[in-house]
Formats: sequence, structure tokens, C-alpha cells
Amino acid sequence: MSSDSEPRRDLRLSGLHKRYSNGFTAVKSLDLVIPQGSFFALLGPSGCGKTTTLRMVAGLEEVTAGTIKIGDQDITGEKPFRRPVNTVFQNYALFPHLTIAENIEFGPKRRGVKESASQVKEILELTELTEQAGKKPAQLSGGQQQRVALARALINRPEVLLLDEPLGALDLKLRRSMQGELKRIQEEVGLTFVHVTHDQEEAMTMADTVAVMNQGEIEQLGSPYELYTNPQTTFVANFLGRSNLIKGTVVGREGSGADAVVKVDMYGTVVSIKQGRVHTDSTEGWIGIRPEKLLIQPEGTSLADPGNHFSSAVVIGASYLGVSTEYVLKMPWGQELMCFEQNRGVRGGLVELGTKVDVSWRQEYVFLLDSSQDAQAGREEE
Amino acid sequence: MTSLQRVFGKNVGYWLIAPAALWLGLFFLVPLLSLFTTSLSDPSGNPIAGYRFAGRFANYVDVIADYWPYFVRSLVYAGIATVLCLVLGYVLAYAIAFKAGRWKTVMLVLVIAPFFTSFLVRTLSWKLILADNGFVVESLQWLHVLGEDGRLLATPFAVIAGLTYNFLPFMILPLYASLEKIDPQLLEASQDLYASPWKGFWSVTWKLSIPGVVGGTLLTFIPASGDYINASLLGNPNTQMVGNKIQALFTTAGDYPHASALSVILMVLILVMVLVYVRRAGTEELL
Amino acid sequence: MHRAGNWIGKHLMITLGILVLIYMYIPNFVVALMSFNDSSGSRNLYQFQAFTWDNWLNPCEPNGMCESLRVSVEIALVATIVATILGTLASFALVRHRFEGRSTMNLLIFLPMATPEIVMGSSLLALFVAAGMGGSLGFVTILIAHILFCLSFVVVTVRTRLAGLDSNLEKAAMDLYANEWQTFWRITFPLVFPGILAAALLAFSLSFDDFIITNLNSGTTVTFPMFVWGSAQRGIPMQVNVIGTAMFLISLVIVAAGEIGARRRAKMLAQR
Repeated sequence: MSSDSEPRRDLRLSGLHKRYSNGFTAVKSLDLVIPQGSFFALLGPSGCGKTTTLRMVAGLEEVTAGTIKIGDQDITGEKPFRRPVNTVFQNYALFPHLTIAENIEFGPKRRGVKESASQVKEILELTELTEQAGKKPAQLSGGQQQRVALARALINRPEVLLLDEPLGALDLKLRRSMQGELKRIQEEVGLTFVHVTHDQEEAMTMADTVAVMNQGEIEQLGSPYELYTNPQTTFVANFLGRSNLIKGTVVGREGSGADAVVKVDMYGTVVSIKQGRVHTDSTEGWIGIRPEKLLIQPEGTSLADPGNHFSSAVVIGASYLGVSTEYVLKMPWGQELMCFEQNRGVRGGLVELGTKVDVSWRQEYVFLLDSSQDAQAGREEE
Repeated sequence: MTSLQRVFGKNVGYWLIAPAALWLGLFFLVPLLSLFTTSLSDPSGNPIAGYRFAGRFANYVDVIADYWPYFVRSLVYAGIATVLCLVLGYVLAYAIAFKAGRWKTVMLVLVIAPFFTSFLVRTLSWKLILADNGFVVESLQWLHVLGEDGRLLATPFAVIAGLTYNFLPFMILPLYASLEKIDPQLLEASQDLYASPWKGFWSVTWKLSIPGVVGGTLLTFIPASGDYINASLLGNPNTQMVGNKIQALFTTAGDYPHASALSVILMVLILVMVLVYVRRAGTEELL
Repeated sequence: MHRAGNWIGKHLMITLGILVLIYMYIPNFVVALMSFNDSSGSRNLYQFQAFTWDNWLNPCEPNGMCESLRVSVEIALVATIVATILGTLASFALVRHRFEGRSTMNLLIFLPMATPEIVMGSSLLALFVAAGMGGSLGFVTILIAHILFCLSFVVVTVRTRLAGLDSNLEKAAMDLYANEWQTFWRITFPLVFPGILAAALLAFSLSFDDFIITNLNSGTTVTFPMFVWGSAQRGIPMQVNVIGTAMFLISLVIVAAGEIGARRRAKMLAQR
């Protein structure tokens, strides 16, 4: 850990802007501080500008406006090979004519490092590649190639390591195990990792801080917990996990300070939402609730939970997933809501289609979003 | 940004292309111009002193009147040879691309390997193969395909066979290149969608190999139509092609203006045919 | 019925393909056979008379043949080197740089390949004569012509290889502290080199084998194809077949050695 006398070497992007010669603006005046030593994820759908941002940091893409600094050092116009930054490329970009050891040694050799051999040995061990040192990249499996790409960048001890969809080419199982491995390595070496991905689960499992990007801008930044439990835009609410968004009208405010709540009318039921979870000033809004926060109980049986209650919803769809079941409910006002229920065996079976159910939620899980935003934004097209 | 930009500055592209462009301009474009002016020059000169430009379009009238059968023969022989090359070449390219398995590389090398023997020497060997008392002619006579004193050497058949043989690799390589890119699963998919094997071939394989077919036929037809080696070595005076005439006028007769006029006509003829053909095949991007 | 159809589908094409391949080898076989022909005392030089090693033992016996061979090799070497360098530079320009006149340049590269040799040869001759060089045709004029027709084939070959190169590799090298020159010499060049080598081999064989263009621009210089042509009227010496067969075998050995070498290296790497 850096002591107080040593200035922190955070990665600072200020007003970073990228406009291509064809007129397309990929990144719009981005301001971002990535603390030294953190595992930071840039999450967003393809074309949101996350990769462009990464390439600008790496020096592989020219900056239209704005600055990139590490600590106080401005690296905006620096050549890629003069930056204390290394990249793990999406398809690894391993040099096919060099062996694994030569690939890894490439950086230290260019920098004229003397004891590169021992460093190579060390990094091969860290990434469990010692056996493969003499092979060519084409002889390795996808997971091994991925580790070579990582080792090749890590050996240079960059101040910032950029990872461009590093697990995108791997199959699901391998991806899961590599996620853990990446996290372990990051904790071991303590470098700043900036990880670009479109996979929300990947971002959430690994990163300390996640920035959700959309159309060249950052929609929201925070810990995975904050982003998931308290999304500020419909895009984040839909892109990170799934959300039910229901139209509501603000009818009043109560209390002050930390206890302030906003009262919202939703098809006749008043929902109280804490001020900290309200992200609109207008009188209309999207009331958001995560599907797993919805509780259901067949009509007539008791529903003891505190919070808002709704009756006469109908189960119109159910997908059994083993650990959980995803229900689709038709609400009295015609809207379809998702409800995810853990299969803890309390109910002793699934709720049959066509069953009338009561629905409830605890008000502290509800959030309120701006009604001018598209309720479909960020939904994956399936 | 590339490595050379720092050394040569922004205009590095021009510096890199300049030598080749200069060479092509000086020794390809300028000569074509020179060929054109020579074709309009007064034929009463000689190769050492040069020819006087006279704007003499009559040279063209002369050569067309005198030598039009040579053009016809050139185009017909080259056309037949191209079709034969396409049939033979497609079979071999298809076999290599889809049926050769691990022998792919070996077979490709085998296609190119005959090239390593000088093509004049190989063409001369056809003289021996097709000779009047050779195995091929005697077998055909025995089978009564050929008459008692029927022969192959010094016939149009021999010339076309020679052309076909000589330019076959030029057909195979582009065909292979485009066939190899076709995913065999596409064919399976077409059969899955109820296409018969033949229909599947026609609607998938053949369609997708069109760029190779166009490339191959051009690479075969163009040199074949200008060739005179096969006509000289395997033909008779009545099977001579336009190449024979051009080269004779240049080297033995020393009549450069008429020879140049013939060359210009051949060039224009081929350019026009190629453009029409490529446009009809819908593969302009090849150019 | 169905099974028979399957068998045909499986084996018909490969059988036909091999037949075509055999057809392509008939002349090579005949050339090899004739290289052992004892033609002494016979007037028919296009028929096998008797077996002998003499042609292989005394390959340079025919007057001027080995001299013409030397001329051909010299021309092919120089033409290959110059055409490969010019063509490689041009390929880099065409693939890696945007400049005005790029499409014109692509057309200019394509045109020589679409021009019959007889036209290219005669236009060069017309130029040389117009430039007053009609009396001094020879080594230099042949060389100019050979570089010209090799150039396009070099560009086409190298350009394909270069276009297939993943530009991320160069970016990765720069990211790993290689400057522009190091990136070029350690990454770009080694990866494009097989294409350059293939182009050079192609250029060499095109130049070595050329007759039509050479014949028009050679003056009194005699290359190997011209020697063959010149002697064809009288009947070629059997040693020409020796040269033809030897070149075929040497090239095959080179190709096979390259292939085996590459495989052995791969195997060694795998075991290490």
C-alpha cells in the first residue's frame, strides 16, 4: 500500500472525447478517476465506447479532446510504447511466430531489463504456464492463451493493466474459473486493473467499482452492490440484472434529511420511497423493483410480509431453473411483471399457471426513475 | 500509425509506392504508348534507325484485311482451351478442397511442381506424346477413332491440347482459393433444406466459387490468346495464331508498324472482352 | 442404390482429380524418360531409342546450353531481387496507407497481368527501338522486362499476406514497449516474410521460364528457354531433358525440405 508521503497514482480521465473522422462520436467528454490498485470494470453493450476509452488509455487510439493522467503525469499524447500501461487484447494478439517464453519476454527485452529470465520464470509460475514455455501460441488451448496474454502484460508491472473483453473468447465454464483466477492475480500483484466487458456478471464478480457506459457516456458508477440495489437510470436497471418498471405519480413528500420519503401513487396503491432512492424531480416516474424482491402467494393463503400488497395478479408463465423459478405475472392493470423465487421447498411445488396470486414487496427495495427515460433501455434483445 | 511513418513522414505511402509506380509507368504505360505510335508509323523504316511517325491508320486496315483469320483462330483456340481448363481444373480443385483430407498440401504442391520444368521443354514433350508413330496415335487408330493415316500432331487438336495443358495450373489455383473458403457445412445445410446433391452443388458451391471461376478463366484465356509457342511447336502453318504473326513481323520481317498494329488490336480486343465478361459475371471487384 | 450413390460421391471426385493430376504429369514423365535416351546415330529425336547415363554425366555437352543456363539464372536472380523489393514496398503502401491514386495504382498493378505477353513484349520492343536502343538489346533490356512482369505477381502475393495480418499484433508490440522500427522488424516483417519468400520464388520461376517477352527483347543474348527454342527446330539435345528433370527434382527437394523442416520444428517445440 502506498504511504501518504507518496502521491497516489490514480488514473484520471478528464473531458476525454473521441470523434471519428466519419463523424461518429464514440466517447463524450468522459470524466473518470480510477483509484490506484483497484479492479475497475467498464461495463456496457457493444458500441457504447468502452473499448474506445480503453484504447485511448493504451495510446492505440488518438484522443480528440481531454486528458489522460496517471497521478500528475500527463500521458495523453504519449506513444503507446512510452506509457506505463499494458493491454490484454480481446483475441490476445499473441505473436504467432514467437514461443510463449519469447512472447512474455518481449516487453522486458524492449525495455532493456537485465534480469528478464528470472522474471519470466516467476510470471510463468504465477500463471501456471511453466510447462508451455517452449510452445507456440497455436499449440495452446484458449484458456492457456488467455493466461499468456495476461502474463505478457503483467511481467512489465504496468501501473495500469487494461483488459479488453479478456474472457470473451472462452466458453462459459472456463470463463467462470478464469474470473476467479484474474481476481486472485490482481489481489496478488496489487496493480490497477481496468476491465472492459459487456458481461454484467463478469463485471460484478471481479470489480470493486463498475462504471456502466451507454452511448459514449457513463450512466452510473459505483460498487456492484450499489449499482444493483439502487440503479439511477432505466438503462442501468435493465442492463445490470433485470427490473420491473411500473408507471407512478408522485403524490407527496414526508420527513426530512436521511428519513425523507417520496410518496408515489401506483394504480391506487401508495408506495413510499426513500429520498436516496429517488432519481427524478418530475411528478411522474418509473417505480422499479427487482424481480426477486417480489413475493407471491396464491390468493386466500396468508401473506404476512410487510410492505405494499396487490391482489388479483395471475400467473401466466413459469420457467423452472432448478435453484429458482421465474414467474410471469399479469397485474390487474394489464402489465406483465417478472418474479424470481428461490426454490427453497417452502411451497412444496410450483405455482400453477392461471393461479390468482397476491403480490407484495418491501418498500425499502423500491427505486424511482425518471419517466422521460425509455423503460426498455438496456434490455438485452433476445 | 505505422512504423515507417516516423522515418518518412506523412507521405510515406507515396515513398513506398513510388519505385513500383515509376517502373510500371516507365516500362508498361510508356511502352504501350510507344506501341501505339509505332503502329501509326511509316512501315518503311528499320529497327535500328527507328520508324517515322506518320499517323498512318492504314496499317490497321492492312493487318485486319490480311490477318483476320489469325484473330479468329486465336480467340477460338483460347476459348476452347479455357473451357477445357475450367472443366479439368474444377474437378481437381474441388477434389483438393473437399476430398483430399490430409493430402491437401501434398496435392497442391503437386499441382505447382510441373512448373519447375521449363514449359518449353514440357511443351516439346507433347510432340513426342502425340507423334504419328507414338502410343497415343496408334491406340486411337486401333480403336478406329483416328483413320489409318489420321494424325494428332500438327492439327488444331494438338494446339488446343497444348494450350489446355500449359495453362491448367492458372485455372486450378484461383479455383482452389475460392473453393477452399466455402464451409462444407453450407453444402450440408443446402441438402438439409432438401436440395439434391446436384442442385446443392449448383446453388451453393458453384455460386460461391464464381470469383475463382472468373479469375481462373481470365488467367487462362488472356495468356492463351496471345500464345504462339503451342501453335508453333504442335501445329502447322494453318493453325497459326495472332501471336505467331506478331512475333514473325517483329523478329523476321522487321515490320514493326504492322506488328504493333496487330498487338494494339489484340490488346483492345482482350480488354473489351474481359470488361464485358467481368461485368456480366458481376465480379467487378476483381479488377 | 443409395449406398452406391454415396460411394460415387465419396470417391468419384478424388479419382477424377487424380486422373487430371496424372495428365499434368505426363510431360514431366516423358521429359524424365528422354533424359536417359541415347539419341546418338538416330535422326528421330522425338522417340526413345536406348537407355544411357551419358546425358546425365555430360550435361553441358551441347554447345552453348550451360552458358544459356547461366544467363537465365543471373537474370532471374537480379529480376527476383529487384521485383521483390519494389513489390513488397508497394504492397505495404497499398495495404497500410491511404493515399490519393490508390485505386489507380491497384489497376496499374493488375493491368500487366491482364496483358498478353506478346503485347507486353512488343510494346517494350517498340519503346526500346523508339529510344534508339534497337541495336543494343540484351541483358539489360531483358532484365527491365522481367522485373516488370514479376512486379505485379509479387505485389499480389505479398499484398494478400499483409492484408491477412492482424493489425492488433503490431499494436500489441507497441503496447509492449517496442518502438516503430522494433515493431516492424520483430513482428511485421517476420510475419509477412513467408509471403515475400513465396513471391520471390514465383518471380524466379516466372523469370527463368519466360520466353515470349524475352525473345522480342533479347538481341543476341541467349537465355535457356531461347536455347531450347532455337534447337527445337533441329531437335533438342537430350541434355535439355536432363536440365528439365534436374530442376524439377531440385525444386521438389527444396519444397519437401522446407515442409519437413517446419514439421520437425513444430514437433520439437511440442516436446520441449
